[in-house]
Amino acid sequence: MNQPKSFPFSRRQVLRGLLATAAFGATAKLGTGCTPQEPRSGGTGDEFVIGFIYVGPRDDFGYNQAHAEGAAAIAQLPGIKIVEQASVPETTEVEEAMRSMIELDGAKALFPTSFGYFDPHILKIAQEFPEVQFFHAGGLYQEGETPRNIGSYFGYIDEAQYIAGMVAAYTTQTGRLGFVGAKPIPQLLRNVNSFTLGARTVAPDITTRLILTGDWSLPVKEAEAVNSMVDQGIDVITCHVDSPKIVIETAERRGVFSSGYHANQAALAPRGFLTGAEWDWTTVYTQYAQQLQEGKTLMNGDIPHIVRGGLEAGFWKLSPFGAAVSDEAKQAAEAVKAEFAQGSKRIYQGPLRNNQGQEIIAAGQSYEQTAVELETMNWLVEGVDGRLES
Amino acid sequence: MTQALGWWGVPLAIAAGTLRGSIPFLFVSLGECLTEKSGKINLGLEGVLLTGAMSAYAVSYLTQEQLGSFFAPWCGVLVAALAGMALGIIQGWLCQQPRVNDVAVGIAMIIFGSGIAFFFGKPFIQPVAPRLIAFEWGNWSNLPQVQAALKVSPLFLLGALLAPLMQWFFTATRWGLLIRAVGDSPQAARAMGISVFKVRMLSIMAGSALAGIGGASLSLYYPGSWNELISSGQGLMAVALVIFAHWNPIQCFYASLLFGGSQSLGPALQSVGIDSYYYLFNAAPYILTLLIMILTCSPKTTIPGTPGALGKDNTP
Repeated sequence: MNQPKSFPFSRRQVLRGLLATAAFGATAKLGTGCTPQEPRSGGTGDEFVIGFIYVGPRDDFGYNQAHAEGAAAIAQLPGIKIVEQASVPETTEVEEAMRSMIELDGAKALFPTSFGYFDPHILKIAQEFPEVQFFHAGGLYQEGETPRNIGSYFGYIDEAQYIAGMVAAYTTQTGRLGFVGAKPIPQLLRNVNSFTLGARTVAPDITTRLILTGDWSLPVKEAEAVNSMVDQGIDVITCHVDSPKIVIETAERRGVFSSGYHANQAALAPRGFLTGAEWDWTTVYTQYAQQLQEGKTLMNGDIPHIVRGGLEAGFWKLSPFGAAVSDEAKQAAEAVKAEFAQGSKRIYQGPLRNNQGQEIIAAGQSYEQTAVELETMNWLVEGVDGRLES
Repeated sequence: MTQALGWWGVPLAIAAGTLRGSIPFLFVSLGECLTEKSGKINLGLEGVLLTGAMSAYAVSYLTQEQLGSFFAPWCGVLVAALAGMALGIIQGWLCQQPRVNDVAVGIAMIIFGSGIAFFFGKPFIQPVAPRLIAFEWGNWSNLPQVQAALKVSPLFLLGALLAPLMQWFFTATRWGLLIRAVGDSPQAARAMGISVFKVRMLSIMAGSALAGIGGASLSLYYPGSWNELISSGQGLMAVALVIFAHWNPIQCFYASLLFGGSQSLGPALQSVGIDSYYYLFNAAPYILTLLIMILTCSPKTTIPGTPGALGKDNTP
């Protein structure tokens, strides 16, 4: 090229660059997995638009599937329209997703379901749109501090884990159960402890081995955890990770029993699946949808800011019993389930010691399911093999 | 009845984890080794790994009725290699344009490859596809743990054979020498009448095809399921591993074993009651990568075996 260069790029190169940028933008968009139910046209006025955001795919056999099933149920209600977006990471990307649901789809209520969306993303967007209502699973609502258009809901699914622990105890031959966990947050520890306590009502010398992988979705680590547990003679395995698919499938391949979590995984393990603790968001979401349609709001206080509950409020269900569950186990499980349905059962009763030997609850005392001490749990009950402090 | 193994479980779990978990590292690192020998870096193999995993799982699921549960997964492996090759063509063409940086193209290809995989993979997260068979070499033992540990995938054997074969290819064949010539000194190769573009294009395509097979092993062998986080950065770690292995295929093999085994360290230690520092043990593969990079990189010296033109600008 001999002509003097005032501009370092030729026209052709600039065009090529522009094309490449456009193509990059288009493909980057592919990854966000935007799947609105309907073409985005905005609310038509008489329909109440509710937005759901998931951190992973909607059919992951896990946390997101449970929420998506709840969303699908309220989509059937007349006058309700839902918009959904899956695989939204817990970054500023969720703020963009929320903003576009509010501004483009006309959503008046949002259910950003993943735990990590809450702080700071929901808190920030809730201040930006004070007329939109935000409902979050498990977030901590503090009167006076959290914006008034945020509501928090969560269920005591550890009740289901308690029953799953009983079923596991009836089934195990080695007396050793396994629990694959992600991170030691209170909800997870509560599941481990309730599972173990349930098992120990059947056989007091049963132990549960806890293996923490370190994050919510690490397929190779989860499979390795199951394999090493089976090598140590553990014969019933359950988990608390985002998608239990790998754990259940690996357990089935190794020929041990498994107990599910979040959603129904019975189809993945026809031989070894016992039962599972499943969320039942259908009831909760239907209640919310009806309240919203009646014009009730969080801001006026018509909708409570904190909704918590167990079986009596329809927050969880048990997966159907697998072929390996004995009749004795089924009867015992149903009996305890009936107690939970009345709301009369307490899991955490004294005397109760943690696995370091310290007393947590004195004899004669007990915690209600709503107790704050249980929502901030940071200990493992006697019978759990595992340690929390690093 | 399964007996508890106790402490013996740790070395066994690591050995088993090595046999199971090293396959994706092995294929990606061999692919990257081939690519880098020709003088180009292909970071996009992380995206290829995901695309390979997705397409293998999808094809295995969709063809199981026509081909049966034995051949369907192998058909998946083949398609994964082809899908990898297709992404390789894009990478190979883009990164050889003037003033284009291959690392930048690689990062774009990671996003593109994973985007493609997530987009087309949505309907395949739920279904269960037939998996690849494994040779059961542990049946001599009456311990179920040993039987489970000594299940060896044919893909692992293929990779283990490929490593010495590739070493022989680089040192003893005319084609291998051509690739090395292009990687060390493109000008000299051009003077010999070799098309640098073609050699690099073919190397990148072949390398990507191998990475695609690595992806197939993730979704069809171990952990044996398709989801969006299946690779968790293994493609990128394998690229770092090639530097650690000094661009030597045999050493790539050993390094892959090391990385595959280190993944099972954390869970295996927790299963026998070592609960302290589990974050550290779980992070073992990443810490290992970091250590390797620190130990082997120096601004003053070049690592022996480095292809001379690696990371240099394209010369027209």
